[in-house]
Amino acid sequence: MAEGKKTQKIYLYTRFERFWHWIQALMIGGLLITGFEIHGTYTLIGFEKAVKIHNYVGLTWLIMFAFFVFWLFTTGEWKQYIPTTKKLISVIQYYVWGIFKGKPHPVKKSADSKHNPLQRLAYLGISAVLLPTQMATGLLFYLYNMMPQGFPLSLLAILHTFIALLLLNFLVIHIYMTTTGHSFFSHITGMITGWEEVYENTQIEEWEMPGKKP
Amino acid sequence: MDCLVCHESTGTYKKFPTGAGHPASEPTVFPDENKTYYPPDWNKVAQSVQRPGRENCGTCHFYGGGGDGVKHGDLDSSMTHPDKHLDVHMGKDGQNFSCTRCHSTSLHHIAGRVYQTPAVKEVKSLIEDDLTSKITCVSCHSKTPHRQNAKANDHTDKVACQSCHIPTFARINPTKMSWDWSTAGRKKDGKPFVDKDEFGKPAYATKKGDMRWEKNVVPSYFWYNGSIEHLTLNDVIDPLKEVWISRPAGSIDDPNALIYPFKVHWGKIPYDKVNKKLVVPHLFPNSKTDTTAYWKVFDWNAAIGYGQEYLGLAYSGEYDFVESLYVFPTTHMVAPKENVVNCTECHIREKGRLAALGQIYLPGRDRSLLFDRIGWLAVLAALAGVCLHGLGRIFVKKNREE
Repeated sequence: MAEGKKTQKIYLYTRFERFWHWIQALMIGGLLITGFEIHGTYTLIGFEKAVKIHNYVGLTWLIMFAFFVFWLFTTGEWKQYIPTTKKLISVIQYYVWGIFKGKPHPVKKSADSKHNPLQRLAYLGISAVLLPTQMATGLLFYLYNMMPQGFPLSLLAILHTFIALLLLNFLVIHIYMTTTGHSFFSHITGMITGWEEVYENTQIEEWEMPGKKP
Repeated sequence: MDCLVCHESTGTYKKFPTGAGHPASEPTVFPDENKTYYPPDWNKVAQSVQRPGRENCGTCHFYGGGGDGVKHGDLDSSMTHPDKHLDVHMGKDGQNFSCTRCHSTSLHHIAGRVYQTPAVKEVKSLIEDDLTSKITCVSCHSKTPHRQNAKANDHTDKVACQSCHIPTFARINPTKMSWDWSTAGRKKDGKPFVDKDEFGKPAYATKKGDMRWEKNVVPSYFWYNGSIEHLTLNDVIDPLKEVWISRPAGSIDDPNALIYPFKVHWGKIPYDKVNKKLVVPHLFPNSKTDTTAYWKVFDWNAAIGYGQEYLGLAYSGEYDFVESLYVFPTTHMVAPKENVVNCTECHIREKGRLAALGQIYLPGRDRSLLFDRIGWLAVLAALAGVCLHGLGRIFVKKNREE
């Protein structure tokens, strides 16, 4: 938006982050597609194949997620997920109103602060609540035969399916939001190359810096 | 039991149909079949004794209920010389098992009978099973017979082998699936008659009523712990519902119960309207002067009255017909593995094989409609939201450019 302003490219996403993002996107996509076939929503590749793929991808994700959490805490990147209410309202106002007026985004991106307050909230909810619950229910589902007699499969299945739908809901919004950058593809380009176009003279505010408590 | 019926091997040892287990003592014509029965050549028959073959077992078990395939859907004369597609164990072009290969015996105790209570209490090794008188698929194949990590191995704790490995029964010969006694007694030109169906089987007989025969029948599935509950003539019935004359016992909470395939035979049979109990009609005339046998006089009231009195049971004098169900466990006609039941024949939203089976959450079949709806509504709302938002952006951008 805001035409005519000068832009610069900054290196925002490291190779590991990009790799993790896309591999996770691939796995979530695969799990959603096969998962809803298992759920009986449609027939695509065949139930048996869907179950096999779903199991393999699910277990792979589980293992990789453990490495990701380790990385998150050893590098301090977990701080990117600390929620804040500061500027949260202005970010919401921007997406509801300002974006149509051609106003600039109220929070700038930088290597130290990649997520705006709304993203922090959404990503924290997903990474800390939805994904772990999804993984736990999925693993228990996978190990159902080892569970004690009378263990309620229905509870696991209903929760697992419901969270899958919430993640699909997130995916829709997430993909749409990639088009709201400086240009239509600038966010996606950033996640592919690591370099994202931002406006020149971007000022990173103090509270967005690492080591500062929000 | 007479020894010869199981052990003779000439195939000439025939009993007279109404001889109460005796062969004819002199050449006798059986009028219903218009066939002459001869006395056996005793020397020949006696010298032929051997271990029972399929013909011996089949003489009774293939023809139970008065004809080929009347009772069991998985046992009929096609099992005398089956190919491996009909029965992977007994197929002459395959393993060529005889009945006694699985139904092993010790001092005439025959393994594998299910009409004992309970037939299978727990899984045992083959050796134990041979010593006792119980045998199951698991005795030879173990509880994890599929490839390592195969999902099918996770099913064996709740699903009997037979449920997947017998996709349909009566695959060669038809089996009787229903029998409506209430329509019996109609005559053509004042005479009893028989109408045949497309299989050449009786579809209507004056003596017996309407019957339906079927081939390639998909079994019905029930929780089954090895016991079958039987209704007796003393049990009070609810004539407004289908009456289960026999019913598999077990539930998901029963650690010994498995999901097991059955032939369910539907019937319409007489009962005592006042006492609300099943009754036993006297069918076969015991003499030329019999005035009560149904197959002679076609009078239900007289036949029931005689039958009940003979058994020392009460009869109010009022009868009607009630719908009934009878179950037969399905365990023979195991198909080759290529013909096994597919995942989606059960794991499917509607009309699956297990559509009627309760007490379980079956992925692909079951869901929470409420949570599914809330979830999909959220997805659709998001989709609608981003579409509107996007259109709005395009719209205002165009306006601004102009």
